[in-house]
Amino acid sequence: MSVDFIISHMNYWLFIVLMMTGFYIVVSRGNFIKKIIGLNIFQSAVFMFYISLGKVTGGTAPIFPLKLENIDPSVVYSNPLPHVLILTAIVVGVATTALGLALIVRIREEFGTIEEEDILEIESDMQAKDNRRHGDAMGGRA
Amino acid sequence: MAAATTVPVLGIIDQLPLLVVVVPMIAAPLCVLFGNRTIAWILTFAASLASLLFSLHLLLQVMDGDVVSYWLGGWGPKDGGIAKGIEYRIDAANAFVLVLISLISTIVLPYARRSIEFEITKVSHTLFYCCYLLCFTGLLGVVATGDAFNVFVFLEISSLSTYVLVAMGAERDKRALTAAYDYLILGTIGATFFVIGIGFLYSATGTLNMEELSVRLPELGTNRTVQVGFAFVVVGMGLKAAFYPLHLWLPGAYTFAPSVVTAFLAGTATKAAIYVLLRFLFTVFNPEMVFNTDALSYLLIPLAVLAMFAGSLIAVFQTELKRLLAYSSVAQVGYMALGIGFLSTTGVTATMVHLFNHGITKAALFLVVGAYVLRAGTSFTDRLAGLGRQMPWTSAAFVIGGLSLIGVPGTAGFISKWVLLQAALEKDWWWMGLLIVASSLLAVIYVWRIVEILYLQQPRAGKEIAEAPLSMLVPIWILAIACIWFGFATEMTIGASETAANSLIGGRS
Amino acid sequence: MRHHLILRVVVKLLVAPIALFALYVQFHGDYSPGGGFQAGVILAVAFILYGIVFGLAKVHQVFPPWLVQKMAALGVLLYAGTGVLSLLLGYTYLDYGAFTPGHPEHGQHWGILVVELGVGITVAAVMVAIYYAFAGRTPRINDEDW
Repeated sequence: MSVDFIISHMNYWLFIVLMMTGFYIVVSRGNFIKKIIGLNIFQSAVFMFYISLGKVTGGTAPIFPLKLENIDPSVVYSNPLPHVLILTAIVVGVATTALGLALIVRIREEFGTIEEEDILEIESDMQAKDNRRHGDAMGGRA
Repeated sequence: MAAATTVPVLGIIDQLPLLVVVVPMIAAPLCVLFGNRTIAWILTFAASLASLLFSLHLLLQVMDGDVVSYWLGGWGPKDGGIAKGIEYRIDAANAFVLVLISLISTIVLPYARRSIEFEITKVSHTLFYCCYLLCFTGLLGVVATGDAFNVFVFLEISSLSTYVLVAMGAERDKRALTAAYDYLILGTIGATFFVIGIGFLYSATGTLNMEELSVRLPELGTNRTVQVGFAFVVVGMGLKAAFYPLHLWLPGAYTFAPSVVTAFLAGTATKAAIYVLLRFLFTVFNPEMVFNTDALSYLLIPLAVLAMFAGSLIAVFQTELKRLLAYSSVAQVGYMALGIGFLSTTGVTATMVHLFNHGITKAALFLVVGAYVLRAGTSFTDRLAGLGRQMPWTSAAFVIGGLSLIGVPGTAGFISKWVLLQAALEKDWWWMGLLIVASSLLAVIYVWRIVEILYLQQPRAGKEIAEAPLSMLVPIWILAIACIWFGFATEMTIGASETAANSLIGGRS
Repeated sequence: MRHHLILRVVVKLLVAPIALFALYVQFHGDYSPGGGFQAGVILAVAFILYGIVFGLAKVHQVFPPWLVQKMAALGVLLYAGTGVLSLLLGYTYLDYGAFTPGHPEHGQHWGILVVELGVGITVAAVMVAIYYAFAGRTPRINDEDW
């Protein structure tokens, strides 16, 4: 692995670092909002990965002149397709974030907390109560 | 810019691949615009029925191995060029899954009216139907499309509306919210993994069309980019399909969602994900590559066996019927994963058959649970004591569904396990056959536990419980009869599954 | 926010240009950067800014929540309806060439304009809806405690 290799694949290294940062936050943090933030970083990493795929060396923004006969065949354009795909993915990401935050608001109203540990405790209490009321000793969270 | 020279005038038959998806998609905003529960229900049911008819017609069209291709916006490849637009591509495999999804939806909907009246406040009913339609659209779209990125978009449409539907169970139990939240986090991670995989495939081949991918990927030979993409796609879809170690979202979501939603999801959502996985494994990626990679087999089969046993074993100890059935779903997905793990045509046939049979069986069982919730107010097993006598029709349907879940001869469940056994014996893995039978015995235990409670225990004193209303009994019994019908009329399911398996594996390369 | 005179005056001045700019981005979207997504968000910003400064009740008067819901649905219907129209004319779904037979380029123009309008309406409505959903909840800490 030469230095050239590392530098020429810079976008991939950054993508990996950003993606793993986001993923680590989702897995390790107990706070629900922090999890959503982690998820956003994770998704942003993927967006950047796609956008960097579309870059053509020396290419300019893929906007055609208004009159088709004015198109200069010598101009190199970047690939717009990944950008369009990511536009869709960004919208999906916004929807996911909004829904996640809405769920968090409702969770806080119902449980009074948004810390995973506390909620797990409340839920296992509920589960234990259910089990006591409804018979068998075992069951629940397996 | 579409060419001005060719102006194809298409009839309704040519538009079918698209209409299947678009009709429910149009109905969803109409529900909100009208803002009336009854109209919303009528629209939802009409759209679902239309999709069913369209997909049945498509299935008949492609049953002999044909392929129907539909290019959106006229952006098809011109003069042997490359694809520019999105293609909907229907062969036996998608048509089969399309029929399953729209069939279950159409049967579940008449039941939904009464059930959600009990479980959800009236204000949200219109929005419930809107979300339901979007989820339905998403699932159909995932299956119908032939474009890899389009799969992701439809997948997220269905997932996002599923999270909302699951969270609607919060009126009965607040844990629905955390279940929906967990599902959201895991589902989004799964979908994002899938997109990463698609990105790698795109960077290696420069196309997103599945058909073109399947042509270009073999030309690349062993390429590390493709292998990484493969891994991401399999893990991402495995999460959506609830393959064993990735199943953690499933029990919570199924337990706390409204009964109708659980019945619909259990019959369709994981099935659509498994279909996508099959499509990628056997069509998009070079079959040679998959078949030579024993690693997939080594990974899938032990996990599948683990799922079969762990899922059933946990189910045995549950005190809540919905959660019990949810864990049983984890086990049943294990059977489907096993079929894929065999990496043979018979194995994939078994997966397709089980996809269908388990879909109708589980939908029937969850509908029964919904009826119990309506009449007894809860689905905890101790509160169901003696219901066999108080709700004879509903409970009889539960017994039939349970038998099909176990795989007793004469029910649909037997057929799929039989094909799975054949796939195992084809490889001379007789011990695998024993494992399949042994895990079915675990199913006997948890089904018998419920049957014992329903029929042999005394009803709880001081509580008069009536039979479920007719609007719920009819859907339950249609599915229950289907469980038996497909246990005898095997030509249709096995025939369609074989054609599907062939078109997935052999048809293209 | 009753006492923030400068803020209120500035916002009053800004809301109209923001909405106008949204329309500009919307209708120039087919041949230059822009389009429904961006325009929708910019338009929503006008309402959100107004709501932040003048309070939720005021902005509800301008753009009531029930209307937000209907607009979100209307935009989707506009988009899908365009596709269905081309489908009824015997072309494939969303083939804008259907609208001006013989001159597909003009059809493209019309088609993309209507579709982007649908996108714009939905995005604006959804963004405002998200803002309403969160702003409508009573906070745990009230304004004076900050």
